[in-house]
Amino acid sequence: MKKISINLNGETRYVHVEPNDVLLDVLRDKLGIKSPKSGCERGDCGACAVLLNGKSVRSCLVLAVEVDGQEITTIEGLSKDGLTPLQESFIEHNAFQCGFCAPGVTISATELLNKNPHPSREEIKEAIAGNLCRCTGYESIIEAIEKVAKK
Amino acid sequence: MPISHEFEYHKAKSIDEAVKLLSENPENSKIIAGGTDLTVHIKEDVIAPDVLIDIKAIPEFKEISFSNNVLSIGANVTFSEIEDNKIIENNFRVLWEAASTVASVGVRNRATLTGNICSAVPSLDSAPALFLYDAEVYVKNSDNERVISINDWFTGPKRTSLKKDEIVTKITLKFPKEKTASCYKKLGRYKGEDLAQVGMGVLVSENKEYKVAVCAVGPVPKRATKTEEFLKGKEINDANIKEAQEILATEISPITDIRASKEYRTHIAKVMLEKGLKESSDLLSGKEVKSEPIL
Ligand code: FES
Ligand code: FES
Repeated sequence: MKKISINLNGETRYVHVEPNDVLLDVLRDKLGIKSPKSGCERGDCGACAVLLNGKSVRSCLVLAVEVDGQEITTIEGLSKDGLTPLQESFIEHNAFQCGFCAPGVTISATELLNKNPHPSREEIKEAIAGNLCRCTGYESIIEAIEKVAKK
Repeated sequence: MPISHEFEYHKAKSIDEAVKLLSENPENSKIIAGGTDLTVHIKEDVIAPDVLIDIKAIPEFKEISFSNNVLSIGANVTFSEIEDNKIIENNFRVLWEAASTVASVGVRNRATLTGNICSAVPSLDSAPALFLYDAEVYVKNSDNERVISINDWFTGPKRTSLKKDEIVTKITLKFPKEKTASCYKKLGRYKGEDLAQVGMGVLVSENKEYKVAVCAVGPVPKRATKTEEFLKGKEINDANIKEAQEILATEISPITDIRASKEYRTHIAKVMLEKGLKESSDLLSGKEVKSEPIL
């Protein structure tokens, strides 16, 4: 067991982990952060995406020990002070159905808009290409992001 | 999904520390950088290392530098960092285009160029670029350092000439001496997050020398040397392209798998050669080209 510290959504959290503990499991089972979801568990679906030092990563492919001393942001952190304009836009466009992909898509789109506030439709598609959604056909998701990008 | 297999984990602070740790148990240790392949392999019991050596805290491994026409990329430089680098975007176009087609943003933010060539899957996107720019791989063990040409790097599917006690420290690429233009072509089923079914880099230089490098059409990525030899000194016209396409077909050995058939891959490789040669030649002569890496 090793004690690691994570700056999680702006708060310093300490947790004991084994080297083979996966970040996604530690977030969900030990730290009570339930927004990242377990989908494919091999980097293909994006359901487990979180921001690590501001960049989206697949938490199913990261070991918890690797992020000792680093900064992690999840949906819980993004919407700490109420929904973000992006989240409002997702609701307005009815962008999700079952919602399983929503946290991952939101992480990817947030990263995109932080880096590039006015992306083109192509850039939006590229940014969420690694987030699989089995319900919506993506159109409503893309439109919701476009709306925020145009502001 | 928890990992059932147990291992030790070390975060090395320096290259020396990493090599030393590796020398203690070279057979059963693995280097972890982005971990996008390694973690999947551990989860799925493809490999079961006793020790993981994390190299992400080694400062030199994050460096990208360009001097005396040599680009040097540290072992922990990610594809996203390559994509965001202006020097690479402007001078090493094929590498830049290939980097931006690897998997998805969330993977590119972690996955490294070095990890990509160490995994050495036949479809690896970065390989054609490394061949076009005469890449060299710098490797080190606890008492030696050596340099391996990219031409000698890939020894089979998922096999390289890296020894078990060695780690890669950096990869260098040479900026061509003559005026050149180049492009990368990749076939996937769709844009974004897909493995190459065929990947090709084409580089054309002012003195009519051509370089063609392919991936996913044989056990290892490689230069199409016979095709290059044939094209040397020739104009890019329909007759020459046609003949070059036939020669190319003889020196690739694609397989049929779930992604595409051997015949289809051969056909697409020929189409890519034509597009790549024409596009690069147009670029070289200063014409406006609307390039699209993904077919
Ligand atoms: S669960 Fe991590 S990418 Fe699918
Ligand atoms: S809304 Fe159901 S998977 Fe995207």
